[in-house]
Amino acid sequence: MSGPFAAILARDLRLAARRRADALLPIAFFTVAISLFPLGVGPEPQTLRQIAPGVVWVAALLAAMLSVTQLYAGDLADGSLEQMLVASGPGTLDKLGLVLAKAAAHWLVTGLPLVIVAPLFGLMFDMRGEAIASLALTLALGTPVLSLLGGLGAALTLGLRSGAALLILLIVPLCIPALIFGAGAVAAIDAGQSARGHYSLLGAFLIFTALVAPPATAAALRIATE
Amino acid sequence: MSSSSFRLFQFAAPARFYGLAGALIPWCWAAFAVLAAIGLWMGLFVAPTDATQGDAYRIIFIHVPAAWMSMLLYLVMAFWAAIGWAFNARLASMTARAIAPTGAMFTFLALWTGALWGRPTWGTWWVWDARLTSELILLFLYAGFLSLVSAIDDPRRADRAGALLAIVGAVNIPIIHYSVVWWNTLHQGASVSVTKGASMQSQMLAAMLLMALAFWMYSIAVTLVRVRCIIREREG
Repeated sequence: MSGPFAAILARDLRLAARRRADALLPIAFFTVAISLFPLGVGPEPQTLRQIAPGVVWVAALLAAMLSVTQLYAGDLADGSLEQMLVASGPGTLDKLGLVLAKAAAHWLVTGLPLVIVAPLFGLMFDMRGEAIASLALTLALGTPVLSLLGGLGAALTLGLRSGAALLILLIVPLCIPALIFGAGAVAAIDAGQSARGHYSLLGAFLIFTALVAPPATAAALRIATE
Repeated sequence: MSSSSFRLFQFAAPARFYGLAGALIPWCWAAFAVLAAIGLWMGLFVAPTDATQGDAYRIIFIHVPAAWMSMLLYLVMAFWAAIGWAFNARLASMTARAIAPTGAMFTFLALWTGALWGRPTWGTWWVWDARLTSELILLFLYAGFLSLVSAIDDPRRADRAGALLAIVGAVNIPIIHYSVVWWNTLHQGASVSVTKGASMQSQMLAAMLLMALAFWMYSIAVTLVRVRCIIREREG
C-alpha cells in the first residue's frame, strides 16, 4: 500500500508510536473509568452483568471523545495542517482523503485497542462468552463512528480555548444512536434474543456516518483555517 | 424580476432590516399579547375539565405548543444558518444566532412543564420515555450550538461553524429520535404511555392552536429584538 493516503496514515501512526504515553492515555482512561463502576454500584455479579454493556460502551465513547481533541491540534500548531489543506496536484491528498486518513489513524491508535481490551472487562463484569463476543463486535462496528464524528468535533473546535469540553458537548448527542445499538445488541444477547437488528442498524449508522462526516469535517477544517 | 420582489430583497441589508424590524416588533408583541390572552382564557376557563386527568391537563396549553416550537425553531435556525453560509448572507446568519436562545428556552419550557404535568398524572417528575429523552437531547443540541458560536471570537467563523453544526444536527435529529424510540420500546418497564384520548375536544384544540400562534409571535418578536442587537454590535 502506498500513495498519499498511506503516507498520512503512516505518519500519524509513527507520531503516535513516538509518543507512547499519549497514545496509551485513552486506554488508561477507559480502564480507570470502568473500574469505578463496581466501586460505585457495588460488587453484586447480577447487577454488574446487567450494567456491563452500557458501562463499557459509555467509557469507550468518552475515551474516544477525550483522545480525539488532539487529532488536528498538533498539525495546526506546527503549520503542517495548512500545508496539507492547500497542497494539490499528483501525489497529494484532497481534503476528504486527509480527513479519512486522520480518522483511520485515530481509530487504529484508540478504537482498535478498545475493541481488544473490552473482552477483558467483560470477564471482570462476569459476562457470558456470547455476550463478550457481541460486545467486541459492536465496539468494532461502533468505534469507527466515534472516530469519524470525533474528527468532525475536533475540526469544529480547532484552536478554541475550551475545545475539549466543547467537543464532548457537540459530538456526544450525535453519537447516541451508536451507544443505543451497541449496548442494546449486547443486552439483547444477554436476554437470549437475537441481536441481528442491532448489528444491522449499527452497520447502517456506520455507513451513514462514513458518508456524511468526512465532507462535513473537510468543510469544518476549511472554516477553521480560513 | 418584478419590482416587488426586488424591494423585499433590499431588506437583506442589515442596516435596512434594522428599521423594518424596529417597526414590526411592537405589532408582534401586540399580537402575542392578544393571542396569548385569548388562548389562556379559552384553555383555563372555556375548555372543559378532562374526564380522567381533571384540571391538571390544562398545562397542555403551554406544554404542547412549547414542544412544537422547540422542534420547529431548530429547523428554522438550521435553515437560516445554511442560507447564511451558502449565500454569504450576513442577516441570515444573524437570524440563526438570534433564534437559538429562544429555541433552547422553549425546549427547556417543554421539559419543565412536562415534569410538572407528569407529577400529578403519572406520579413521577420524569420517565425515560422516548419523547422526553428526544427533547432532552434536543436541548443538548441547542446547548452545543450556543456554546460553539459563543466560543469562537471571529463572527464569520462562528457563523459558519454554527451553520455546519446546525445542519449536521438537523440531519441527525430523525436518526437520534428513532434510535431513542427503538431503545425505549426494548426497555419497556417503568415507562408510561403518553398517548392521549383518541379525540380532542374542539375547544381544547382551538386553545392549543391559539397558544401555538402566540408562541410564534413571541419567537418572532424576540428574534427581531435580538437581531437588532446583533446588527448594532457587529455593524456599529
